[in-house]
Amino acid sequence: MFEMVDVFLGVGIAIAFTILMCLYRAVRGPGVFNQVAAVNVIGTKVIVLLVAIGYIFERPMFVDIALLYAGLNFVGTLVMAKYLERGEICSA
Amino acid sequence: MMKRSTVAIFIVMFVFWVLLSACINPLKGHYDHIRIVVGMICAAIATSVSRDLLITGKEDMTLRKTLRLLLYIPWELWQIVLANFDVAYRVLHPKMPIDPRIIEFDTTLRSDFALTTLANSITLTPGTITIDVEPERGRFLVHAIASKAADALLVDQTMQKKVAHVYMEEGGGE
Amino acid sequence: MLGIGVTDIISIIFMAGGIFFMVTGAVGLIRLPDFYTRLHATGKCDTLGEVLLITGCMIFQGWSFVSVKLLFLIFFIFMANPVGTHAIMKAAYYTGLKPWKKGEERR
Repeated sequence: MFEMVDVFLGVGIAIAFTILMCLYRAVRGPGVFNQVAAVNVIGTKVIVLLVAIGYIFERPMFVDIALLYAGLNFVGTLVMAKYLERGEICSA
Repeated sequence: MMKRSTVAIFIVMFVFWVLLSACINPLKGHYDHIRIVVGMICAAIATSVSRDLLITGKEDMTLRKTLRLLLYIPWELWQIVLANFDVAYRVLHPKMPIDPRIIEFDTTLRSDFALTTLANSITLTPGTITIDVEPERGRFLVHAIASKAADALLVDQTMQKKVAHVYMEEGGGE
Repeated sequence: MLGIGVTDIISIIFMAGGIFFMVTGAVGLIRLPDFYTRLHATGKCDTLGEVLLITGCMIFQGWSFVSVKLLFLIFFIFMANPVGTHAIMKAAYYTGLKPWKKGEERR
């Protein structure tokens, strides 16, 4: 006997596990590009984790936070990539 | 003078606001007047800021291109599923059958939307990721994970033809 | 019997597929030999895994405004993930990071 809340709990735990696996690459490297890629992947996984948390606690509000976090993560990745490529963020 | 494209952007922005804030709910007969007014103001501000970015004034036959894009998307989704099983096979195989290489090829595509669509499609489909695009010559620099994946872009060129067909450029079999 | 309906079972199937692809992406991120090939695993498997998971949530939710927001999230992930992957890859390529060739040592 189980309910859908248990399913979302399992999904959340599985995503947290994959985030831990990515954390290895984010800490070990080697090189800054591996770390940036791993952080980007962790960010996109966190989006789905937020949706799952919203269903676990039955608060649909978390989907809005997930949308916002998706935008922030995307912009952060782009800025980081541009900075690593040119050595500056704003070039005229 | 109000152009048609400006009105279209305003309507899209306002519909986006309504869907996100749930201020109009026809099922329950619920209408939140304050939020509707605030949403119109915000949509007007967003339209005035982003009008020049979204409409470049060179596009025509937008409706037909949109319809063709909608027909292109299911094929693309199927390719994505195939790509994922391919990558999963390569990752989980004990010997990891990968042979990465960098390839270059030219396309006949020139418009921004067509190049963006093709670049995103290449990234999402089997074994290839776009590194760089030169818009003037339509040249793509692609990292492929195996020689078979590279051949799909260099020899078959199915995807280039499909994207050219969607955006009605040369080489699309018109 | 189980206390769940048919739509719930369909959504569970979608979510299981999503979890499978996300775990595969994470394994690839650890196992593959260099930066470029690692991005192959993350750029593809993560995108499809997340989209499948959110689709499962949408099927569970049914018709409501939350479903529409989840649909926006799917569109955004489909647009943003390849672009982010491409941006990091281009930055690495032009800073001179050498791609791994077959037979070399992993790094």
